[in-house]
Amino acid sequence: MKHRHRLRATLLLLLLVTGLLLGGCQHDAPLPFRLTNISGHMPDLDFHLTDDNGKAVTGADYRGKVVLLYFGYTHCPDVCPLTLAQLHVVMQRLGPLADGARILFVSVDPARDTPAVMHAYVKAFDPRAVGLVGDARKVEALSKRYRSAFTREPSSADGAYEVSHSSAIYVFDRDGKARLLATPSASRDDLVHDLHLLLATGASQ
Amino acid sequence: MKPSALSFLLGSLLLAGGVHATAAEHVHASHAWIRVLPGTLPAGAYVTLENDGDRPVALSGASSTVYADVMLHHSSTAGGMSRMTMVDALTVPAHGKAVLAPAGYHLMLMQASAPVKPGDTVKLTLTFTDGSTLPTEFIARPANAMDAGENHAMPPMEHGAMPHDSGH
Repeated sequence: MKHRHRLRATLLLLLLVTGLLLGGCQHDAPLPFRLTNISGHMPDLDFHLTDDNGKAVTGADYRGKVVLLYFGYTHCPDVCPLTLAQLHVVMQRLGPLADGARILFVSVDPARDTPAVMHAYVKAFDPRAVGLVGDARKVEALSKRYRSAFTREPSSADGAYEVSHSSAIYVFDRDGKARLLATPSASRDDLVHDLHLLLATGASQ
Repeated sequence: MKPSALSFLLGSLLLAGGVHATAAEHVHASHAWIRVLPGTLPAGAYVTLENDGDRPVALSGASSTVYADVMLHHSSTAGGMSRMTMVDALTVPAHGKAVLAPAGYHLMLMQASAPVKPGDTVKLTLTFTDGSTLPTEFIARPANAMDAGENHAMPPMEHGAMPHDSGH
């Protein structure tokens, strides 16, 4: 009688421990991302810049939102608009969930991109896009933080110039943790899939 | 003697012209569109060129009464960096095609004399290396358009409000 009791207690304990272990595993299991997972390999979202309404903002102002960070400039007629148009389509496909996300478009051309120019530019793509500007030193600090780069090319006779820049899109979760790296050629299905995972998991996961 | 020699020469030239039609005569343009950006920002123009001739032809650029400056450009991404370079000419192979599309070849349009709005049609005159020209109507599309939107009467499916993999 006593022996059977002990056996049952042991079994119960075993079940409890297994349950805890499984639960623990589930909590720590990485989200099944399709894009390049950079969790733990890049620093948290942090910057001191000016948004397209002329307001000083920091990375902390976007806590609670899933952030898509992209470097570019408004005089870029091809790749930057294509990338922002792609992100707009992705946001549309996310439906109401997209309200939990922000596209942060950081200008690598501080000489020409004012908050007003940036405002007209980003809003032509998506209502959830924010244009960020700052002096060269601040933008360079942010770019270096994510091992990104940009170079102003020599000007032509009429003073026009191009800026070569990293094409990566960095994705941060609601806690400002770097999670994913995407390229402009990433499939929209993969972006929608992964953003859905980040947006559906709530604030802290 | 002299006049007859001249007429012979002229005749030969005309004949040569007849045999070797200009590049523009063999090229058919389609999917021509412009991505319109706010204000005075430069815009990108895209088009598909098909050559039904037996010889390759080459696009050298375009001119426009609307844009003071048009340049043939190529975007590339190497080592994670996006770059834009000027291109002298883009070959359209014999019985083949060349595609000017986002993230590749495009015409960069600068200094518009009047604002161009989505829905407008803008005529760009494509120029080829043999000096021939092909006037082409380009449709102006919004900044966030993905393509020429030929089927804009029937908007493309947006897969509903939610991603189609949201079955859970």
